[in-house]
Amino acid sequence: MHIIRRRTALGLGAGALAAAMARESAAQIPVADATLKLPIESGASLRILRPARFVEPDEVIFRENTQRFQQQTGVQVRVDFVGWEDIRAQTAVTANTGSGPDVVLGWAEDPHIFVDKLVELSDVAEYLGKRYGGWKFLGEKFGKKNGSNNWIGIPFGGTAGPIVYRESAVKAAGYDAIPTEHDKYLDLCRKLKAAGKPAGFTLGNAVGDGNGYANWLVWSHGGFLVDEDGKVAINSKQTIEALKYAAELQKTFVPGTLSWSDVSNNRAYSAQECFLTANGVSLYFSLKNDPATAAIAADTNHAPLPKGLAPSPPQSALTINAMLFKHSRYPNAAKSYLAFMMEREQYDPWLQKCLGYWAHPLNAYDKSPVWESDPKITGFRDSMNNRYWNGWKGPINQAAASSTAEYVMVQMCAAVAAGQQTPEAAAREAERRAKRYYRG
Amino acid sequence: MSVAASTAWKNVRQEPGWLARFFDWKPVLVFCCMLPATGLLLVFLTYPLGLGIWLAFTDTMIGRGGAWVGLENFEYLAEDPVFWTAVFYSVFYTAVATVGKFALGLWLALLLNNHLPFKSLLRAIVLLPWITPTVLSAIAFWWIYDPQFSIVSYILVDVLHLRNTYIDFLGSTWPARWSLIAANVWRGIPFVAICLLAGLQTISPSLYEAALLDGATPWQRFTQITVPLLMPILAIVMTFSIIFTFTDFQLVYAITRGGPVNSTHLMATLAFQRGIPGGQLAEGAAIAVSMIPFLIFATLFTYFGMARRKWQQGEGND
Repeated sequence: MHIIRRRTALGLGAGALAAAMARESAAQIPVADATLKLPIESGASLRILRPARFVEPDEVIFRENTQRFQQQTGVQVRVDFVGWEDIRAQTAVTANTGSGPDVVLGWAEDPHIFVDKLVELSDVAEYLGKRYGGWKFLGEKFGKKNGSNNWIGIPFGGTAGPIVYRESAVKAAGYDAIPTEHDKYLDLCRKLKAAGKPAGFTLGNAVGDGNGYANWLVWSHGGFLVDEDGKVAINSKQTIEALKYAAELQKTFVPGTLSWSDVSNNRAYSAQECFLTANGVSLYFSLKNDPATAAIAADTNHAPLPKGLAPSPPQSALTINAMLFKHSRYPNAAKSYLAFMMEREQYDPWLQKCLGYWAHPLNAYDKSPVWESDPKITGFRDSMNNRYWNGWKGPINQAAASSTAEYVMVQMCAAVAAGQQTPEAAAREAERRAKRYYRG
Repeated sequence: MSVAASTAWKNVRQEPGWLARFFDWKPVLVFCCMLPATGLLLVFLTYPLGLGIWLAFTDTMIGRGGAWVGLENFEYLAEDPVFWTAVFYSVFYTAVATVGKFALGLWLALLLNNHLPFKSLLRAIVLLPWITPTVLSAIAFWWIYDPQFSIVSYILVDVLHLRNTYIDFLGSTWPARWSLIAANVWRGIPFVAICLLAGLQTISPSLYEAALLDGATPWQRFTQITVPLLMPILAIVMTFSIIFTFTDFQLVYAITRGGPVNSTHLMATLAFQRGIPGGQLAEGAAIAVSMIPFLIFATLFTYFGMARRKWQQGEGND
């Protein structure tokens, strides 16, 4: 499958060396005593499916860690990487046909959608929680079945999308940091626009960035899609306020944001067309690694999304969540694999080499050197401690996933921002659409 | 070689067994020969189509089976403005793009039908937009229409200084719709042009010579000879073109994903969006099923409207 050329081999060698250094520093991660006894079935082999890499070391170290598992246990493991758009469809086929990969690292909601077809993972999750100082808020939220203590997923990590901004531009606008109040934040964006260094947030059909921004608009005004019981509550006074605010903020953006996809803001920011946006650490990562844009990286910093009326920054984290299917013939081998990948000897190098792209869900990894390696990424350490998730405040289920995938919130905000609908009409329309998915 | 010798020859041919006779029986033979094709059609065409129609009447979601809910999906769609926007844009997109493709395609075909140097090479080049994988050309157009990095904006603003601001191709409803239609026309022209070129070459040059002798103008030759004789192939090509355009998916999905605010969703992209990423498999199937009447209508229209003998040969309807 892989043809390894000399040059690749050299690259791999260098990568392996760096990874070896990262492995030594793994001892810094504090651990508690805990044991997990899972006799691996003889002759076991596993197939793993996960989303394609966004940053290169993600795949390289993941494969390397898998290789280590293979050497230590003798279990043959094959890892397939598929596109982000395709993984849910492939998970669905796996679940429906009862064949295919043993373990899928899907998106946060996926184990909740396919819960009937999954093996409970409480033993692995409790072991990891005990050994590594407990799970962070979103780790627990996405890992456990709604309203129970039964784990159905092992969250591997999440990537949050805080504000990414050019320090010089914000400073020139008269602000030392990103303000947390709505009016000051709007003022900052207006001043940036006036200075010809505008902000830009997408309300296009962009799964990650679009939902992140629309959710922030509504959550930071105290609105929410559904209440704790999954009853649709989007058509509220708070939402209307959020939509009015969205229309004002939209005027300060760089043109074209209504058609932006997930990569557009990265491009616009790298090309110095946009000076304030929201994105995962990947943007900074790519700026920093490219000599042509290193100057931009030096002027870049991160800040949590403005709180507004919310008690904590209203942001979630795009989480990859591992699930083990009942059709697997080697469940113990699969569980051992999941635990192995989360152990510090494997997990910490992965975390470090990805520069925290998938921020850790287990508290002990707060001590990972990666978070001290660059002060500009320290803020991502608590990504998995964000208090929000898609479909907040409701249960994590198919309806929440559908509303996200169908851009219910995004299109509500976009319709108002584009001046196509009044805030009241847009909120009513979002309510009508959300009710379709939350019909019970 | 006498007559007597031939009568002496005795016919020794044996009567074939019942099995051989059974298989030599024409109806059975026909049935057997059709069997593989029927099997293929049933497995790969009828079954998926039937399954799709069945799904449209259930409440299946990805990850869990569904129960029969009758027309509930269609009732919901009937009052869903997003669905009606998609229906409108599908029809509009198909109509405008087809007219554009045929006008330009016919023109191109007429040009290519002349004697030109490097004729074969030119024809091959003309086919390029069509043989490029759709997704690749879609991505190229995606860049062309990018709000920040569009080559068109760059030329207009930074090179020619005709405008002050970059064009926002995909950011609002109508510009996005026209941009997609332009991309579709660009892609569809070669197919039409090459098919019509094939049609043009079947027209006997003697007809044109006779018309020339009668003093017909080029326009008369075009309307009186070329168009009527091209009509049968035009009908077929148009049927195909309408079906391809109406069911287009890749261009729209790769360039706008149906945005901004669902204004460029075609029925095909909306069906996928609802069915796969949205998880509402049944609703997606219902949208797909709703496309069938439009396609049947379009096919019948082009067939009966354009393939009539009256059009082709100036005779009465029959």
